[in-house]
Amino acid sequence: MSAQRKDSPEKTFAEQMAAETGIDVRKCYQCGKCTAGCPMVPEMDYTPSQIMRLVQIGDREAALRSATIWYCASCLTCSTRCPQEVKIAEFMDALRERSLKAKKVNPRARKIIAFVKSFLGGIRRAGRVHEISMVMEYKTRARDLFSDVLLAPVMFVKGKLKLLGKPVKDRQAVARIFERTAGAK
Amino acid sequence: MARIGVFVCWCGENIGRTVDCPKVAAEAAEFPGVVHSVDYKYMCSDPGQGLVKEAIREKKLTGVVVAACSPRMHESTFRRACAEAGLNPFLCEMANIREHCSWVHEDRGEATAKAVQLVRVMVEKVKRNEALFPIKVPVTKRALVIGGGIAGIQAALDIANGGKKVVLVEKEPSIGGHMAQLSETFPTLDCSQCILTPRMVEAATHPNITLHTYAEVESVSGFIGNFDVKIRLKARSVDIKKCTGCGLCAQKCPQKKIPSEFDEGLGMRTAIYTPFAQAVPNKPVIDRAHCTKFLNGKCGICQKICPVGAVDYTQEDTFIEEKVGAIVVATGYRLYDFRNGEKDYGIEGYGEYGYGQYKDVIDGLQFERLASASGPTGGEILRPSDGKPPEKVVFIKCVGSRDCAKGLSYCSKICCMYIAKHAMLYKHKVHHGTAYVFYMDIRAGGKSYDEFVRRAIEEDGAVYIRGRVSRIYKRGGKLVVVGADTLLGGTGGGRVEIEADLVVLATAMRPQYGIEALAQKLSISYDEYGFLSEAHPKLRPVETNTAGIFLAGACQGAKDIPEAVGQASGAAAKVLGLFSGDELEREPIVAHVNQSQCVGCFYCEQVCPYHAIEREEKRDKAGNLIARVAKVNAGLCQGCGACVATCRSNSIDLDGFSAEQVFSQIGGLK
Repeated sequence: MSAQRKDSPEKTFAEQMAAETGIDVRKCYQCGKCTAGCPMVPEMDYTPSQIMRLVQIGDREAALRSATIWYCASCLTCSTRCPQEVKIAEFMDALRERSLKAKKVNPRARKIIAFVKSFLGGIRRAGRVHEISMVMEYKTRARDLFSDVLLAPVMFVKGKLKLLGKPVKDRQAVARIFERTAGAK
Repeated sequence: MARIGVFVCWCGENIGRTVDCPKVAAEAAEFPGVVHSVDYKYMCSDPGQGLVKEAIREKKLTGVVVAACSPRMHESTFRRACAEAGLNPFLCEMANIREHCSWVHEDRGEATAKAVQLVRVMVEKVKRNEALFPIKVPVTKRALVIGGGIAGIQAALDIANGGKKVVLVEKEPSIGGHMAQLSETFPTLDCSQCILTPRMVEAATHPNITLHTYAEVESVSGFIGNFDVKIRLKARSVDIKKCTGCGLCAQKCPQKKIPSEFDEGLGMRTAIYTPFAQAVPNKPVIDRAHCTKFLNGKCGICQKICPVGAVDYTQEDTFIEEKVGAIVVATGYRLYDFRNGEKDYGIEGYGEYGYGQYKDVIDGLQFERLASASGPTGGEILRPSDGKPPEKVVFIKCVGSRDCAKGLSYCSKICCMYIAKHAMLYKHKVHHGTAYVFYMDIRAGGKSYDEFVRRAIEEDGAVYIRGRVSRIYKRGGKLVVVGADTLLGGTGGGRVEIEADLVVLATAMRPQYGIEALAQKLSISYDEYGFLSEAHPKLRPVETNTAGIFLAGACQGAKDIPEAVGQASGAAAKVLGLFSGDELEREPIVAHVNQSQCVGCFYCEQVCPYHAIEREEKRDKAGNLIARVAKVNAGLCQGCGACVATCRSNSIDLDGFSAEQVFSQIGGLK
């Protein structure tokens, strides 16, 4: 009985996610159109439709530990094409948040997270990215100091790397954006 | 003194789950005038009806209130039971505690309280009900069938063979509909034309059938047994009586590059044309939008060449009026337009499948024409772009269907079967080719249907891949179809890329263009997709909510040929049943004018949608005119109450829904 289920305190993982994000994965009928159009599938451990399936059957652990949620490039092809109007890419973002919070991040995601943090850190400080600081920060976080290092002089000569960054004028506005988006670090 | 009986139904769990039925019955027993009150699990069942009958006899009830479902559902059931027990059926009323109460509420206490209110209101009404007697109206024993596809042909033939006259109206120049376009039919692979064309001829030559092709229903008025229908006969520009169907005109017509509707744009036709060689009637029409004579006044070759002088450029649309007693709507379907989308419904087409910019991406009906012996390629499967036989054909199911993003959430039902058939036909004709089918589910419920699909896979080697195609794009001369096999996982996620020569989209079945306008002319309802609504999804599948109008075929929902034919025969049986007597009984819920009070303003005449208000002259003994007053024609009145609400002098009342009854109902609310 659906009426009973509604009253019961135990919500399924999919129901919980639907309540919190407004994205109802129960609508997914496993057609695989998201997987078929996804450019990142070769890097993933589960396909996007399999992630939907994991949530449907309530396997929170596998979903939050998957590498897939981190390899999603948020290109939104899946969300655009889904015949059931499931916002798959947006849902991946919600899973990433929960994966971080539950400390279940897939080891393969380390560098991706290092990059995202370095990128956002720069934005938070100056309102725009300063390439050299970002690269330095990323390399420290990722513990990967020497890859691509020979590119630096070439980029420098071509003017792609500026020594000093120039912050945006209204840094308060940027701070407010970070505040409003729950101050996630 | 009123002696009312109240019967509260549980409707299994439907009502009982939310409403405390014994409590409702106990409270109702205390209402003034109620002498008997019980509850029962299934009041509409034989023992349930028995309770009603027994109480009428034993307690000498003067009125009955059944607290159960909507009157639409079972009012007639209980009124019949009352009549059998000797109570006038119009002294029985339904209190709707299901649709209006248990189904829409969750809180048991509140729902029960509301049910008690609904019963009290009805008890107050029934106390003031009066015995009414059905009105008898004559029946015109002729039927109108709208649409000359297989459903319409079948309905017309069945009614005609039952000995009743039929008027069959088809908007195209020939009857036959979509079935005439098909190559072979599942699950037997018999040739569509071979089974259809004899029926077409039979319909056209049947002494009881009057056929109007190239004609449309202009307007409909009246009511069951007595409809007046105006039919527009579109100007053919050819005198159908003189024309012998020799075909010389079409041979000589210089306009030869008009995409043929019958061949779904894959073949060409002339401006003066018959849609196909086996057309019935085999008489041409002139397509004035493409004819040189009509475009710039030159040409006129067909008129010169016609040996019997049948071509007439001055013909105009004409109108005929027909009186019929019943109408069967069989307007059929069309396919979802994946090229342009469904702008009227705010649905875009399939951008990811190229919006129709690729010539070799076609729909199911186009493939039928390629595979048909009467088609533009003579039955050879050749791709439209370069006329070469395709080595790899990809079939994609559920295009438009089962796709909330495109606005059509329903399953089109026939595609699983016809795609299996297409894959088979293709393999039978291009032996070395490969047929790929992208599917989400295989829905082959039907006699010998699943076996047919298995045959396509096991014997004819169609490669079935479970997944929806994400994108089609052009690379070189090939169409790259990108999908995923969702039954495979692992690295790459089962990604599939097929370099196809031809792609066939199984596009959704949609009701015909203009269905809403027709439904409004007929006063019948339709759903959000435009499919016409049946009176009850299970028990009255061929009737509409407008008495005397019936449905057959895909206008009511996606259907294959056997189902359409079955429904058509069902509709025909209903029509013949209606025609079996000389008179019909109609509900006596009609308006009455208190003529001594009527001031003769005739506002009622203006608002009556059924033209049921007449004018009557009142004269004194000397014959002097003293007043002109309104009078209701009970045969035409449908009891809508518009006149009652409009009457300035409060002189009109509705039998069964008098002002006194309605006010007492409102007064009954506590």
